[in-house]
Amino acid sequence: MNYSEFLGMGAELSLVVLIILLFLYDTFAPSKCGKYLPATAIILLTLQTLFICFGENTGKMLFGGMYISVGMTVVAKVVLNIGTILVFIQSVPWLKEDDVKIRRGEYYILSLITLLGMYIMMSSQNFLLFFLGLETASLPMTVLVAFEKYRKNSYEAATKYLFYAIFSSALMLLGLSYIYGAGGTLYYDMLCLTMQISPMMIVGLVLFIAGMGFKLSLVPFHLWTADVYQGAPTTVTAYLSVISKGAAAFALMVALVTVFYPLQEIWSWTLYAIIILTITIGNLFAIRQQNIKRFLAFSSISQAGYIMLGIMSANAYGATSLLYYILIYIFSNIAAFTVAGVIERKSGKLCIDDYNGLYKTNPKLSVVMMLAMFSLGGIPPFAGFFSKFFIFYAAVGEGYYVLVLIALLNTIISLYYYLLVVKAMFLKDNDNPIAPIRSDNYTRTALVLTVAGVILIGLVSAIYDSIFDVVSLAF
Amino acid sequence: MSILSLFVLIPVLMLGGLFLSRNISQVRTVATIGSALQLILAIVLSVLFCMERNAGNTAEMLFMADHLWFAPLNIHYAVGVDGVSVLMILLSAIIVFAGVFASWKMDPLPKEFFIWLILLSTGVFGFFISIDLFTMFLFYEVALIPMYLLIGIWGSGHKFYSAMKLTLMLMGGSALLMLGILGIYFNSSADGELTMNILKIAENNAIPIEMQYLLFPLTFVGFGVLGAMFPFHTWSPDGHASAPTAVSMLHAGVLMKLGGYGCFRVAMYLMPQATVELSWIFLILTGISVVYGAFSACVQTDLKYINAYSSVSHCGLVLFALLMWNTTAMTGAVMQMLSHGLMTALFFALIGMIYGRTHTRDIREMGGLMKIMPFLAACYVIAGLASLGLPGLSGFVAEMTIFVGAFQWTDVFDRVFTIIACTSIVITAVYILRVVGKILYGPVQDKHHETLTDAVWYERLSTITLIVAIAGIGLLPFWVSDLIRDSMSVISDRILQFLPL
Repeated sequence: MNYSEFLGMGAELSLVVLIILLFLYDTFAPSKCGKYLPATAIILLTLQTLFICFGENTGKMLFGGMYISVGMTVVAKVVLNIGTILVFIQSVPWLKEDDVKIRRGEYYILSLITLLGMYIMMSSQNFLLFFLGLETASLPMTVLVAFEKYRKNSYEAATKYLFYAIFSSALMLLGLSYIYGAGGTLYYDMLCLTMQISPMMIVGLVLFIAGMGFKLSLVPFHLWTADVYQGAPTTVTAYLSVISKGAAAFALMVALVTVFYPLQEIWSWTLYAIIILTITIGNLFAIRQQNIKRFLAFSSISQAGYIMLGIMSANAYGATSLLYYILIYIFSNIAAFTVAGVIERKSGKLCIDDYNGLYKTNPKLSVVMMLAMFSLGGIPPFAGFFSKFFIFYAAVGEGYYVLVLIALLNTIISLYYYLLVVKAMFLKDNDNPIAPIRSDNYTRTALVLTVAGVILIGLVSAIYDSIFDVVSLAF
Repeated sequence: MSILSLFVLIPVLMLGGLFLSRNISQVRTVATIGSALQLILAIVLSVLFCMERNAGNTAEMLFMADHLWFAPLNIHYAVGVDGVSVLMILLSAIIVFAGVFASWKMDPLPKEFFIWLILLSTGVFGFFISIDLFTMFLFYEVALIPMYLLIGIWGSGHKFYSAMKLTLMLMGGSALLMLGILGIYFNSSADGELTMNILKIAENNAIPIEMQYLLFPLTFVGFGVLGAMFPFHTWSPDGHASAPTAVSMLHAGVLMKLGGYGCFRVAMYLMPQATVELSWIFLILTGISVVYGAFSACVQTDLKYINAYSSVSHCGLVLFALLMWNTTAMTGAVMQMLSHGLMTALFFALIGMIYGRTHTRDIREMGGLMKIMPFLAACYVIAGLASLGLPGLSGFVAEMTIFVGAFQWTDVFDRVFTIIACTSIVITAVYILRVVGKILYGPVQDKHHETLTDAVWYERLSTITLIVAIAGIGLLPFWVSDLIRDSMSVISDRILQFLPL
């Protein structure tokens, strides 16, 4: 074995170095330096992002074709990194609380290990490596969900997440073994070349989609989502809802579009049904939610349905729109979770009814939340409009008129519940409103960054264009 | 930079100015200067446009500019205006200007109110200057969403219900529209050079007929929802009744015009063949709008509901005339848009001012206002007479043109619907005269009303601006109608060539 091949995995290697550095800092630095840990983690991760953005040489096939690093995977990694940086920034005040303070280092290390798993999952060209990445990403996530260990909800959520993760992994492994049995190999390119439509392969494909469906919380595999999102600490929920969802969506797209390209007829109909169910059921359940975290959970289920639309078209437009959608979804959702987290921390309130009259006492937080809701609902000139339009553009380009019509009609339902939050904050009065909140500098930074993203990512066309330039090389 | 981009730039700068304003007087200053600038710019634009036309420039759109925006998706920021757009921009500028003064004493949260109002006007101006489908749609939606907050926060009555109903119905229309636009784009060219530019799509004329059958209803209904087409008009009465004065003015005066404008600019212009074959369905619907709206207005007792239903009737007439697709009728349709925009804005402004004094909009509780507030009452009579089509005011010119155009079709179907639509003139007279007689003349109903005062300077400025415009169109219609006719003949000729012989 040629160990120098490891040096080719620039992104993964730099992340491992980063994890080790943070571990050493957390363990050996004198305790008075401990307060610099969050800033160090954020700065190092930013540097690492810049490194993969500009320093990574792409177009490599490593370990006998198991691992690939091309422009598209680099873009995906950068997108996830941006999201992780935002989550790290907004999690700082939470990590100053008493019962999580001493385990602060573990938070960063565990998050970054899940990120490493997602990197591997997205770069893999072999189902075995893919599975390893997936498991590396999900087990530390369980620990993160249980991070507030003195709170019963956090425990319960972690247990649920663990069982669902194991169950879905088992399903996926079963599917992979069928695929191996039918195709005789686990390498993507070999499988694609020798792909023959057989019942065994189709069963394998369906089980594989089901396994990924759990990670992405697609209907009918979504039942864990609301409970876990509600129980997990809010920053972890933010991480779970954007980063791991984005990674899974990208990996699923790569698998379906490259490996199962010959079976497109079959998986496109499967996804067709799943998308309609996911968007509609996610939306209908979101209407009834009072708890803001459950609300965002169901909203994220329906958003996952929209993300899947990018896979349907199976071309460069679809892939670009998928990445672009994930990027914008990261900014909008983290903005919403940051506001929800600040309010939860300062006032303990999580109900949408508690937000009544928020604009009178906390105008800035309300405006951020409103922009996040508008962006999630697809209202121009905010970024969400552009991502929705482009993802529909990709799907209509391949002739999915009816599917897009259903998705579009669903945007009206989603607009209704997003406006319910706006209505609570701006329109309604409250005798007992949430007291004015003074947020700290980290929260402000996170809010300013997310708002800038929500306003600018859509209008600045260079972002979409550059993603497209990179992605179109892969198709 | 094209002069047209200034129409988007000025509102954006105004938004910045409003955002930085610290107190109410700064807010008013920014809003006044900005809207006045826009009005001046709109007048300059129409003068420049006429000069170009007189100089013999016969291009379909003038002052065009085109910047590539999203290169991989063929999305451009493309602007250009023809005669109709110029007039629509002028109309919007007048109404925004009047609207600023009509909401001079806005309370509470004046700064936020003006921010949303100006954002709405950004969308409106952007829509009228766009010739790229994506930019057009973008501005269209920008104009819709501020309505939710404007009605929800500053409205009255069942404002939460009305705001949500209005937003969801209009967004429902725009959902259909988005699919329609994407469909048009992917069929825009036979040789693979896809484009979102309206002029190029029309030039290519490549949309296959079976796609036109799908896309024409999508886009026509999508815009028709905003044009209050039956049975999608139900947002309009509730929305108008709950909205604050300036918002009702802008909404009825300008926003509903977006619907009619989009109907002919996108649906009919780009898909002439489907227009010819399918327009009978929509003709029936708009015919119902015209009569049903007028009858509904007769039985309402709330002043705002009366005008909202009258808007349904008048906007129905706009779509009705468009669907007659000859140059005369379509010219009349645009005249009606202008006339309805101005007089409805005037109506809503006056109703707002009367309500601000009497604190009731129920016509049964008012009477004899002519003695108490003669200026407002006289203005109300002028608006009413314009609405029922008195010669010398804008309503007469518009309706006359429409019915002359519609009557040119000699087949039974068109004749019957023209005659049905004509009856709305009579019904309009009924509800207008009923209101005028009830609230302006007769004895004073409520003795508290006797102490009320007449209009103050900013209210007079607001109403006089609108009345001057209404009388201007009524007395000198040829400048306006020539401008419209030149632009509309392009569209109607295009449709008429598909007419089965």
